[in-house]
Amino acid sequence: MQRVYEVMFIVRPDLIEEELDKLVTALQNTATGAGATVKNAEKMGRRRLAYDVKKFQEGQYVLFTLESDGKAIHELERRLRVTEPVIKFITVRTDEDQQRLEKVRKLRASRAKRPPVEAGAAESETPAVNA
Amino acid sequence: MADEANQEVSTPAPRPQGRPDRPDRGPGGPGGRDGGRKFFRRKKVCKFCVEKIDDINYKDVRLLGQFVAERGKIVPRRLTGVCTPHQRRLTAAIKRARNIALLPFAAR
Repeated sequence: MQRVYEVMFIVRPDLIEEELDKLVTALQNTATGAGATVKNAEKMGRRRLAYDVKKFQEGQYVLFTLESDGKAIHELERRLRVTEPVIKFITVRTDEDQQRLEKVRKLRASRAKRPPVEAGAAESETPAVNA
Repeated sequence: MADEANQEVSTPAPRPQGRPDRPDRGPGGPGGRDGGRKFFRRKKVCKFCVEKIDDINYKDVRLLGQFVAERGKIVPRRLTGVCTPHQRRLTAAIKRARNIALLPFAAR
């Protein structure tokens, strides 16, 4: 079952740029090796953490967008857990949300296509009810 | 406890932005002529409905931050005017953001 996931993780702030790049590619390879396709890997840069994580106040955020099954995600999470520079991570399944969004957008587009007279009439009705 | 109450009243900054969109609807809602309500209060409208924000994403700290009080609490619907379905999504997004240290669980 292929699903879309987002994996966001925080790398310790004292890791230098090259090391971070190396780490990111290594993790990407882990993901692809486990059967996932990495659609996007984005370094979101350095950010102040909202609370201390492992005594760090800052972190470098990295975001992966993956299309994969649960097993590959499991493997990637295991790897993140044992990778020492990674101080925190979160996995979010996004395909359902994305579907919902598409539906909403479609609905909105179809509504916008209809003659604007109708929409105007509907809107002017509301305050009339209130008064 | 008293200072907390003050904070939460002052935080819902998002409202003023949503207001000018519907001036014709302003004087409706509570206030007006229904009974003993003396204070004129404008009807609160859901920011997400008005600005047509479909996607309440946990990565959008700036958006979520508007609905978090100074101490890190989620501001209740009755103060912000967010509608129920959006508040539900908002809450989920804020909790996710907390898990990845984008937002605090409790400040200070």
